[in-house]
Amino acid sequence: MFTIESLHQPQTLSEVKQLVEKYPDITVLGGCGFLKLSSRKIPVALDLSRCELEKIHETEQHIEIGAMVTLRDIEKNPALNQWFDGALPKAVSHILGVQFRSCATIGASVYAKYGFSDILPALLALDTQVELLRGGRMPLVDFLSKPITRDVLTRIVITKDKRRVSYQNLRNAGADFPLLNAAVSKHDAEWKIIVGARPARAEIAVQASKLLTSSAYGTVDSGTVAMAASMELAFGSNNKASAEYRQAMCQVLVKRAIEEVLA
Amino acid sequence: MKLELLINQKIYALDVAPDEMLADTLRSKGFLSIRKGCDTSCCGLCTVWIDGKPVLSCTMLSFRVAGKAITTIEGIQPEAEKFARILAAEGSEQCGFCSPGFIMTVIAMKNELKNPTEQDIQHYLAGNLCRCTGYMGQMRAIKTYLRGEVQ
Amino acid sequence: MKWVGRSVSKIDGVAIATGKPLYTEDLTVPGTLVVKLLRSPHAFARIKSIDVAAAKQMVGVECVLTHQDVPQVRFTKAGQSFPEPSPYDRLILDPIVRYVGDEVAIVAAVDEKTALAALDLIKVEYEVFEPVLDLSSAIDHPSVVHPETDLHCNFPIGLEQQRNIASSHTVEVGDLAAELALCDVVVEETYKTQAQAQAMMETFRSFTYLDQAGRLVVISSTQIPFHVRRQLARALQIPATRIRVIKPRIGGGFGAKQTGVCEVYPAIVTLKTGKPAKVVYERKETFIASNSRHATEFKVRMGASHDGIIRAIEIVGLSDTGAYGEHAPTVFAVIGDKTMPLYNKTKAIRYQGHAVYTNKLPGGALRGYGATQGTFVQESTVNKLAAELGIDPTEIRLKNLIRETETSLYYKGKKLGSSSLHRCIETGKSMIGWDAKFPRIEQGSKVRGVGMAVTMQGSGIANIDTASAEIRLNDDGFYTVLVGSTDMGTGSDTILLQMAADVLNADMDQFIINAADTDVSPFDPGSYASSTTYVTGMAVKKAAEELRCKILEQAAKVLQAPADQLELSGEQCVDPASGKTVSVASIAAAAVVGPDHRQLSAYATFGSPVSPPPFVAGFAEVEVDKETGKVTLLDFVAVVDCGTVINPALARVQTEGGIVQGIGMALFEDVQYDKKGNLQSNSFMTYKIPGRSDVGIVRVAFEESYEPTGPFGAKSVGEVVINTPAPAIVAAIYNAVGVQISELPVTPEKVFKGMQQKS
Repeated sequence: MFTIESLHQPQTLSEVKQLVEKYPDITVLGGCGFLKLSSRKIPVALDLSRCELEKIHETEQHIEIGAMVTLRDIEKNPALNQWFDGALPKAVSHILGVQFRSCATIGASVYAKYGFSDILPALLALDTQVELLRGGRMPLVDFLSKPITRDVLTRIVITKDKRRVSYQNLRNAGADFPLLNAAVSKHDAEWKIIVGARPARAEIAVQASKLLTSSAYGTVDSGTVAMAASMELAFGSNNKASAEYRQAMCQVLVKRAIEEVLA
Repeated sequence: MKLELLINQKIYALDVAPDEMLADTLRSKGFLSIRKGCDTSCCGLCTVWIDGKPVLSCTMLSFRVAGKAITTIEGIQPEAEKFARILAAEGSEQCGFCSPGFIMTVIAMKNELKNPTEQDIQHYLAGNLCRCTGYMGQMRAIKTYLRGEVQ
Repeated sequence: MKWVGRSVSKIDGVAIATGKPLYTEDLTVPGTLVVKLLRSPHAFARIKSIDVAAAKQMVGVECVLTHQDVPQVRFTKAGQSFPEPSPYDRLILDPIVRYVGDEVAIVAAVDEKTALAALDLIKVEYEVFEPVLDLSSAIDHPSVVHPETDLHCNFPIGLEQQRNIASSHTVEVGDLAAELALCDVVVEETYKTQAQAQAMMETFRSFTYLDQAGRLVVISSTQIPFHVRRQLARALQIPATRIRVIKPRIGGGFGAKQTGVCEVYPAIVTLKTGKPAKVVYERKETFIASNSRHATEFKVRMGASHDGIIRAIEIVGLSDTGAYGEHAPTVFAVIGDKTMPLYNKTKAIRYQGHAVYTNKLPGGALRGYGATQGTFVQESTVNKLAAELGIDPTEIRLKNLIRETETSLYYKGKKLGSSSLHRCIETGKSMIGWDAKFPRIEQGSKVRGVGMAVTMQGSGIANIDTASAEIRLNDDGFYTVLVGSTDMGTGSDTILLQMAADVLNADMDQFIINAADTDVSPFDPGSYASSTTYVTGMAVKKAAEELRCKILEQAAKVLQAPADQLELSGEQCVDPASGKTVSVASIAAAAVVGPDHRQLSAYATFGSPVSPPPFVAGFAEVEVDKETGKVTLLDFVAVVDCGTVINPALARVQTEGGIVQGIGMALFEDVQYDKKGNLQSNSFMTYKIPGRSDVGIVRVAFEESYEPTGPFGAKSVGEVVINTPAPAIVAAIYNAVGVQISELPVTPEKVFKGMQQKS
């Protein structure tokens, strides 16, 4: 269990900014589910729960998700269920139980860039941007590829477009971490294929996505694309599964996701 | 840090550490139904309601629930007993150690979902582990409870 | 009034379910010291030096103990009747640490934060040895797990310390080689089963204090209060008269608490400081530093004639008792004892092997106690044999299984008293829809398969388990039942009262039960080995019968009629001839007033020369995803012969719970160590017990038999129910996709690889 020496609860983002500048090693508290597993000694902690970041806001063009929105909020949100074939609610609904999802926050889940994340593949399949206090807005894919810098994630912004999305995952026990997961989206003619829990972090299979995008439906079959994705991405072994098995399952999940999008 | 918590409709003036979890705060105030079963936020034994919604009190920092309504099973004894009698008729409380958290989740579900299917029930209760019963008797009891039958 | 056979709700059910403070930690008092344990980071090492000065100086720290501060007398933590068959191979704290998690120092402080901070201040220097981490190479490994010279065994259990052999066991009847040579078909397979965790929801915990007479009171979440009293007396070197052990409500045990895991630590703190002390294990400590099912490796050979009659069975292998030998010889024996008698057409059998020491988490008791491992290896081989012979798996069993009044090579002439196992198979077959579904139904990318297995267990330990019960008629006309058995959520307190109420023909609410408190309770070994309904139940029944006679004798004096003509009818004693009655309450009141009276009470003891086996026929229907290897359990049918069912609702839940625990062992509960001996599956995040969406539908039916030696015809049900899921599920997978899994648990990857190798 972690310990906290001093805590700050700012009410505005400008106060947050001042605090972050004053304490370079300040630790932002998310849902604390994973922080709790560590015995970190935190000198200065920052709580964002009074900064109006616990709302999901729907605009004409976007859905904006505050960093303190819980995974349970996402699961229940009408807009997120209505858009993108409900891929985001579907992805989070596999994570443990309602009590846990009512604690875990989207900001921490994205900021920590967990390899086993169920959320990242789904978010990567959408037109998703992250908003950072200091770094400003950037596409999620750029955020993920950069090293973790000391910053505060304030919002996730998703463009409302009429894309079809499929989220697939393979687990042994229902409440376990995924052995592998995948998300596939189709926006107009553009396809995106993402595979996560490899066990490394979710990544876009760029070549396979291009292959699918450049081919008219019918000329490339989903199995070939899935095979391409499994050759393009790297897979590793851990206690849950071997690299070879993950690579083989990548073909299965990606194929199923493509077929679900086409269905 | 000094704060006031509204627990089972009573206001408690408390001095809690910033890293204190709600489960510990509640146990220290005598709410001994709160149990920790896993230390890794995945067993559901410590479930309480915050503004009527089930959360893990072992993972919820106490300072964060200031100003919200905290409910433990001690605060809803008549309804908990109603369901507990049905559960006991199935023998599905067994060791009883996971029951308070389980019952808090069942009643929250009853309040939140209208006419849940068996699959909805399983999904809502996925975060409540039980090692004794094998879950079947719990499902029978939930169905009886949702039908409104009093035993 | 008839209570036996009714689904009476547990007498403590509503109270425990609604969160009343009735468990060990709830009973602690303000000022109780918090005990924390410093644990070894090494799998095998000697403590060269240990510096506790800084920890002792910390404000709030009240006690720091190392191996230099504890009695140097070896004992066993195994909860078994004296003299225990498990070796005395432990010290409270030992200068040698034998697994990652072994106790190095005990710290007690005013609160948890202080105790944990003090642990950080203890400096230990270790001499690290090469650990023994692999079961198959443990024997004659250069490292000797127990090099000490004062290890003691109460029996010749075949322990060979220098070879890392904790116990040796051989049962051999007939000429195995000759019989196998005569068989038309011989099948062979090697199996591995994992060190399953009991994973009860309440972790280990104990609370100790000194009473008004300076005696040590131990409130503990234990299945074995009397054994704990004896263990503590030896370990702490104080007379047993100075110790009282009380069992409150406990949050599950499954055998974990048949070992005195944690009591000694707060106990020694209380003795040293005079202050109340408690220890509450974290979940991680419960995983890494307590006990688990013994992991095993077995090779099985089984021979049969063309017509499917099994002629010879050989099971040879090893069990891993880890760093200490708790339950090592007995679990190893049970693996053969509770499996091989099933197939009694055999002409030769051989069961042989060793429990070996390694530098891993100690083995212990877990529901099934070896029968689970034995059932997996034997039943999987029977299924393989059936496939080889082209005989339906249910048919091969109906042909070969022991029947009532028959004996087996293993039984040395004793006869089976009761069995409805053949009926269980027929019922299960029809419930699962076997004939329509065997072996498989293809469904596109998925395929469904069915599989089955049978099992037996015991009811108490023959010639060893002996329980006593006392029933008193109180002054107000109600009854007190005193027993030492330990209801761990099973409802045994309730069913014992059902039995007493039946004999005394009274309402259940006329009874109170007190269990268990070593100062008050009659001796009982505790609740393990499937003993409470059968052994303690019989003691209760006998005590109730004796008390019934005593009440009627008093009634006879009042009614002036012969006692044997009278009837006890609830609150009244009735003379049917005259129609005259006298109330039990008035007899009770008169018994405690004035001279020449004595309170009516009865005391009975029961031990059995036999351990009648309950039986289960288990049937699994699975769906296998041919593209991923993922197995989904759709339906599990368990048909149970536990003799007379005393309480159908509780027996059903016991069965459902045991089946699901068995499903966990089959499909989810993966035990993983790293190369240095760290148990990595040490939380519910990494060690997945089944959740409610993982287990499909579990359906239970009872085929009652009548056990002549049991109370009301009852046998046990608690353990036998965990044994069939693993072999039945593995068989269903084989029948679905032709992949034989011989190492538990089944994982999607193992099934996938098996399918790839086939194609």
